[in-house]
Amino acid sequence: MTFLKGIAASNGIAIAKAYRLVEPDFSFEKKTIEDPAVEVGRFRKAMETSKSELEAIRDRAKVDLGADKAAIFEAHLLVLSDPELNSPIEDKITTEKVNAESALKETADMFVVMFEQMDNEYMKERAADIRDVTKRVLAHLLGVHMVNPSMIAEEAIIVAEDLTPSDTAQLNRQYVKGFTTNIGGRTSHSAIMARSMEIPAVVGTKSATEEINNGDFIVVDGFSGEVHINPTPELVEKYRSIQKEYENQKAEWAKLVNEKTISADGHYVELAANIGTPKDLKGVKENGGEAVGLYRTEFLYMDRDQFPTENEQFDAYKAVLEGMDGKSVVVRTLDIGGDKKLPYLTLPEELNPFLGFRAIRLCLEEQDMFRTQLRALLRASTYGNLKIMFPMIATLDEFRAAKAILEEEKQKLISEGQKVSDKIELGIMVEIPSTAILADQFAKEVDFFSIGTNDLIQYTMAADRMNQSVSYLYQPYSPSILRLVKMVIDAAHAEGKWTGMCGEMAGDETAIPLLLGLGLDEFSMSATSILKARAQIKNLKKADMEKLATEVLQMQTTEQVIEAVKAATK
Amino acid sequence: MAEKQFKVIAETGIHARPATLLVQTASKFDSDINLEYKGKKVNLKSIMGVMSLGVGQGADITISAEGSDADDALKSLEETMKKEGLAK
Repeated sequence: MTFLKGIAASNGIAIAKAYRLVEPDFSFEKKTIEDPAVEVGRFRKAMETSKSELEAIRDRAKVDLGADKAAIFEAHLLVLSDPELNSPIEDKITTEKVNAESALKETADMFVVMFEQMDNEYMKERAADIRDVTKRVLAHLLGVHMVNPSMIAEEAIIVAEDLTPSDTAQLNRQYVKGFTTNIGGRTSHSAIMARSMEIPAVVGTKSATEEINNGDFIVVDGFSGEVHINPTPELVEKYRSIQKEYENQKAEWAKLVNEKTISADGHYVELAANIGTPKDLKGVKENGGEAVGLYRTEFLYMDRDQFPTENEQFDAYKAVLEGMDGKSVVVRTLDIGGDKKLPYLTLPEELNPFLGFRAIRLCLEEQDMFRTQLRALLRASTYGNLKIMFPMIATLDEFRAAKAILEEEKQKLISEGQKVSDKIELGIMVEIPSTAILADQFAKEVDFFSIGTNDLIQYTMAADRMNQSVSYLYQPYSPSILRLVKMVIDAAHAEGKWTGMCGEMAGDETAIPLLLGLGLDEFSMSATSILKARAQIKNLKKADMEKLATEVLQMQTTEQVIEAVKAATK
Repeated sequence: MAEKQFKVIAETGIHARPATLLVQTASKFDSDINLEYKGKKVNLKSIMGVMSLGVGQGADITISAEGSDADDALKSLEETMKKEGLAK
């Protein structure tokens, strides 16, 4: 088998050697040993090797990723030199005459259990540090190869079960040419990361880690979702020419970077970008983004051990507002809870996290956290064109409650003598069907809507978007979804308001003609999709697309809609 | 033996970065150095020991050092505490 089929998650062709980000086999047997002194020596040697390896990783991480990301390795090094870990292990080897592997594992496990039982999320996380460090030492004792993604120093394609945020944080963008994973879909973290890094990716191949060996020469086709293992020279040649063609195509699109997005019959729409941190602004500019349509503020709260302070948040918001130079920046207030957890915020376990205590529901309850963010936003508002939106709004009462808190903080700041802009537009994410259905009433009170299609589709279809067995129900072109989108857009326009879309669908080639026809005002997408979308819209006539949209709203299935779009746009 | 008491003023208590720095500082000295909180005493050269105490804001802690460089160690640790905003 030299060919795998997965889900195309990020455009482009990657051709390079495979680097497996897969854990080695750590199994071993507990044994009685003859000479404890020799065994202690073996243990110390493994510790020393691990230490110098970690030091090298830390130094490299400092250079490539910054001191922030390197701090984790600093902590790991301290665990390695911890006398309270080392002496019990050596004692165990000497008195119980057991092999170093089991003395290490048993002692470390004791600490892991101790930390896991603490009632502080931060301490629980420390259990993971101990596990990580133990694995490294164990790998050296067992003579197996430990994966060190931060040490990759030649062009490589990452092959993994899945990629977590901390995995991707360790990857050096200079060398990583593409990803392929066993699990995941177009909206999973690995896919979003690949698009923001502008590297090709195929996810959900089911068996990439089983079929691909370290060093295999592979091709990742991010257009079709194919992965070729040790392909023939002819096939490689074919892919090199596709790669070249895509480069040329991108160069063609790049000419549109400073142009407005105007349809063939003269209708203007705004193409905005989704960002997670101020660092993403570079990509927004390079790709001709006209605004930020979604700033996901939760990244400010993740990968740390306490809440970001008001000033830290203020700095980030100010940087984005100033960076966009007066262009619109839509900031989504904290969307955390459910499946997105923070180590320092203890929340109850839930059976149905996506239907649970998250986003605005959590913010209205944990008001200190919410107020801090709103104050930071209000203070930053004078540095640019700020728009604030609340996520997961299901009822008008929720919107009114959130708005009231915002108003209170605004008045407090003003009475403290702080300057606050009086032109901040206030909107909501439309991602819950109840809100889409009642959009006409919401439109009287909000300044704008932004449709979050990833969740809107999941809630409308009642299909978990992380569950592969029901992934066929993720149907953005279903007439049911399109009708909801139309209701929202029409409701906004009836009140003289605007509607944007910040889900995956806004940058989708098949969806764009329909959305243009339905009258969407702002399309917010991965920065890397903007130029392609602009090129596409310039070739479409809005009047034709309106006709197309009217037709598809009366259709019965997704397939019929896709066929109709193909026929109307060829 | 040298000994000194502190009141922890940092909002987050002693964890993460401050803990790392205290352990790194302590490890530079030969003396035996301990941290005591709520009657529990741990080795200040042990990151896991320090973390396991769960020292929070407002905690009264005692740092003690015994050995040839005990006084220097205590002085150095006091500086770290102040620099990191752990104690006044």
